[in-house]
Amino acid sequence: MAESIAFYTIAAFILGFAVLVVTTRDTVHSVLFLVVDFLFVAALYVLLGAQFLAAIQILVYAGGIVVLYLFVVMLVNLKRPPEEYRDPRRRSVLGFGLSAAVLAELGLIAFWSRLNPAPPLAASAAAALPVTGNTEQVGWLLYTSYLIPFEIASMLLLVAMIGAIVLAKREL
Amino acid sequence: MIDVFVIPLLKVVIVLNATLVGVTYMVLLERKVIAWAQSRLGPMRVGPYGILQPVADAVKLMLKEDITPTRADKWVFTAAPIISMVPALIVYAVIPFGDRIHLFGRDISLYITDINVGLLYIVSVASVGVYGIILAGYASNSKFPLLASLRASAQLISYEVAVTLTLVSVILMAGTLSMVGIVRAQESSHMWFGFVQPLAFAIFFIGGLAETNRAPFDLPEAEQELTGGFHTEYSGMRFALFFLAEYANMIVVSSVATTLFLGGWLRPFPNVAALSFLGIIPGWMWFLIKSFIFLYVFIWVRATLPRYRYDQLMNIGWKVLIPLAIANLVVTGIIRVALL
Amino acid sequence: MVLSAALFIVGVVGVMIRRNIIIIFMSIELILNAVNINLVAYSSQQQNVVGQVFAVFVIAVAAAEAAVGLGIILAFYRNKETVNIDEMNLMRW
Repeated sequence: MAESIAFYTIAAFILGFAVLVVTTRDTVHSVLFLVVDFLFVAALYVLLGAQFLAAIQILVYAGGIVVLYLFVVMLVNLKRPPEEYRDPRRRSVLGFGLSAAVLAELGLIAFWSRLNPAPPLAASAAAALPVTGNTEQVGWLLYTSYLIPFEIASMLLLVAMIGAIVLAKREL
Repeated sequence: MIDVFVIPLLKVVIVLNATLVGVTYMVLLERKVIAWAQSRLGPMRVGPYGILQPVADAVKLMLKEDITPTRADKWVFTAAPIISMVPALIVYAVIPFGDRIHLFGRDISLYITDINVGLLYIVSVASVGVYGIILAGYASNSKFPLLASLRASAQLISYEVAVTLTLVSVILMAGTLSMVGIVRAQESSHMWFGFVQPLAFAIFFIGGLAETNRAPFDLPEAEQELTGGFHTEYSGMRFALFFLAEYANMIVVSSVATTLFLGGWLRPFPNVAALSFLGIIPGWMWFLIKSFIFLYVFIWVRATLPRYRYDQLMNIGWKVLIPLAIANLVVTGIIRVALL
Repeated sequence: MVLSAALFIVGVVGVMIRRNIIIIFMSIELILNAVNINLVAYSSQQQNVVGQVFAVFVIAVAAAEAAVGLGIILAFYRNKETVNIDEMNLMRW
């Protein structure tokens, strides 16, 4: 019971702050709302039992990526005023319409799958791992079954790092 | 019922109060120690030997006029000192001060909680603490604090990488992320991690100096540079919060270093029976002694070393500490697997 | 799951109706977070940590994409002094 209350409260906050992120005029406030949003998402992960992921979310997302966004916003904001009028060429009506269509489609899928429940997944997905504890299990999977994606992800990060340095240099 | 709510609440209250009092007396300690290093006496007028000086400072800061710059962003301006102070305080939830003690017939553990990702929690909270500095510089709506805050936060996030890598090598040695687990691993292997991983210890200490903006890495907030750094426009209680947040961060780094590298609440040489007379001193007293040694070294370094220039600072962070930390990690991994 | 769908919608709307490119990027981060929430929710329902492993990869990819994307924005800003996406049309005359 307390868990549902907690879930709905956190969910309401996440959505509320997400709407604020998208609609605020001032960019810096928008970034701050994004940080708070990510903190609430981390709280949701803790509620769902993914403590390692929650800590990683705060460490990487809220503490690293959004700091990067804040830096860029400040470097860009040094000279310009906040956003002005709304551009008449922008098709916001079309944007809302398409989003409503996607939402309707997702709702239909959810409704349909509740009517025809799929057969339960094979038991192999829930095979017991030789370690207990959330972090240990994630680590075990990362290093045994999913080793190749792990290596590819590290290569991707290396390439992104070099790319970002090259892009941000003043002279090549 | 009592065990679930009342005891943790009491622990939180005690730890928070002890921290805040400790932080204010840190200020006095620093002024005294630096004064003695410079052959003078430091604050002596208020109370015997200057003991009541922090009280005088607190009263002064609270009674000062609260100025907000005209075109500054009010919400962010008010929130920045709070964002700076809160992470420094909430880290205490996972630091173990000692083992279990018996009080009033109950077995009370001397830490507020022990989550199974304790060390990761500390690192993530430290990375959120950067926001206070960035927002303080931005909210002041003037060029000098903004530039100083960007510099300070760049310094912080650079040294965060090196510190996190050393923590990973400690985790490799201990095999667990929970703080209590790390202390018990040191207990069971009869060796403080500071002796097994001297390089990680050194890198953690230097990184901790840079993370808390302490000398010799305190260029962004030194009085001679950039007119006082990112807290130029703050006065009164808000400035006090920044100030206290810095000292609270210092105490946090000392406590974490004590837990990870110096054995937490263990006495020196836990397995040598000849020294078991040292067991008279309770665990939490050992913890306080070791943290105090760290704090003293922090102040000592400030009184002794000259300040690094900003480019030298970033140079050390990226080109020296990170390769050393990675090399340490690789060697630790190899030895751990080989000796398994 | 409804939460993740709703968050996804908010992100998509954000991408479409804002002109400031930095806010567009942040809406993309919102979309990625919505996906992550979905993954973690299913992982907790199936008592299996594969969802969390995948979510870790998503976070890593999001970090890489944010770094490179912001690098591109900075390089662009140095040339044209604007973050308005309607004016970023170097490929037209």
